[in-house]
Amino acid sequence: MIHIDGVSKSYHTRFGRRTVLDRVSLKLERGRNIGILGRNGAGKSTLIRLLSGAERPTSGRIVRNMTVSWPLAFGGAFQANLTGLDNLKFVCRIHGVDWRTKVQFVEEFTELGVYFREPVSHYSHGMMSRLGFALSMAVEFDCFLIDEAMVVGDRRFHERCHVELFHKRKDRAFVLVSHDPGVIKLYCERACVLVDGHLHDFPTVDAAYDFYNALPAAPPASVEV
Amino acid sequence: MSTDGLSAPAGFRRSLTIQRRVIGALLMREVITRFGRNNIGVLWLLGEPMIFTLGITTLWTLAHLVHGAGSIPVVAFAVTGYSSVLMWRNSVGHCCGAVQQNINLLYHRNVQVTDLLITRILIEVAGATASFIVLASFFTAIGWLAPPVDLALVLAGWLMLAWFGLSLAMTIGSLTAYSHLVERLWHPCAYLLFPMSGAAFMVDWLPSGMQRTVQYLPMIHGVELLRKGYFGNAVRTHFDIPYMAMCCTVLTVTGLFLARDVSRRVEQE
Repeated sequence: MIHIDGVSKSYHTRFGRRTVLDRVSLKLERGRNIGILGRNGAGKSTLIRLLSGAERPTSGRIVRNMTVSWPLAFGGAFQANLTGLDNLKFVCRIHGVDWRTKVQFVEEFTELGVYFREPVSHYSHGMMSRLGFALSMAVEFDCFLIDEAMVVGDRRFHERCHVELFHKRKDRAFVLVSHDPGVIKLYCERACVLVDGHLHDFPTVDAAYDFYNALPAAPPASVEV
Repeated sequence: MSTDGLSAPAGFRRSLTIQRRVIGALLMREVITRFGRNNIGVLWLLGEPMIFTLGITTLWTLAHLVHGAGSIPVVAFAVTGYSSVLMWRNSVGHCCGAVQQNINLLYHRNVQVTDLLITRILIEVAGATASFIVLASFFTAIGWLAPPVDLALVLAGWLMLAWFGLSLAMTIGSLTAYSHLVERLWHPCAYLLFPMSGAAFMVDWLPSGMQRTVQYLPMIHGVELLRKGYFGNAVRTHFDIPYMAMCCTVLTVTGLFLARDVSRRVEQE
């Protein structure tokens, strides 16, 4: 289970402290999933960063009783002058996985060919994305964090991601954040709406969907952090 | 299904296992990214400090800079002195900005701020140590340097210098995460500390008033101990290892505390 308990996060800005998440609480059981809907600047990415552990809450606590992935397909942790294979080895070593058992899967999924053994700095955007996703799959996490905006690529890539994630790993938990209610409706059994750092919980996706669509058209003036 | 080591509650032993694994992975990554696979690759780890030490040795020899060395040849003096400087100066130097440079790695939950710092310190200490051993062996082989009188004391002095480098690098490295100002200030400090750190003189040569002043600098005691081990009774040394140990303890605790605080404040781009 993941338990987010009264978590707040604020950042220093030149205009003083700005609270991005305000006493957010949420529970996610093993094998379950949740969608988090929010407009730009609502605090979705911040919530994902806190869940992954890349940042710590200003107050409140997050208890994780299952392994949580880094944001899916996130390529920021790649070292540009390392090869795709080096990056696979690094990620596997960090998480205590034998990289030798994963080479075949990553090579096949990414279809990088000879580029798998070339520095990542030579990769195109799409190649980075495929490598990022494959590495997320190489470590078998209990819970995946999916920032929908991060998964870019063509339709075929999306379909293959879909198979890996929602078919082959349908026993896992996941948290999906998106500004698109259609995506949440498609994949999630439950949904929350994040508005101005406050999390609104709903029993059904439809209720969340209605609430989200009824929000005032003009989003409140805020800056994506 | 659960990846080993990740599942909470993680006991102390488990945390230690994870930390060892993470630092191991970071070491391999760091070595490849810094030195690459071309030409001599990882050997630059000791090549860099060796070139520095050799340069200083040549310079001091040509300039006859070291007076009063008496029974110690300049080469012996430079190799022991400059290698000691590298221990703390390089460790701190490479920890400056280390957190900001590796901030994305914190997305991997097992990677902690202290791991990033310890990795860089280990590399520097290993490089300086290897360079010291290779140079000392080389000069001994060609007869310019007598073997150490007391190897145990040399080792003790070296370990103390390593501890000092580690504790100072943890502290300064963490401080640079708060403000770039620290990094800017560190460079002149390192530059000014070099001539005062005991690399280029022995405490005994100084007037007694100055002796007391320079002995406030913790690293001096490590260098003196190292030279006591290397040259035995050929030199008169002044060192206070409990004082140095106390300074290192304070710096280590401060460094660990700051590193923990940094990990709470860290903000991704």
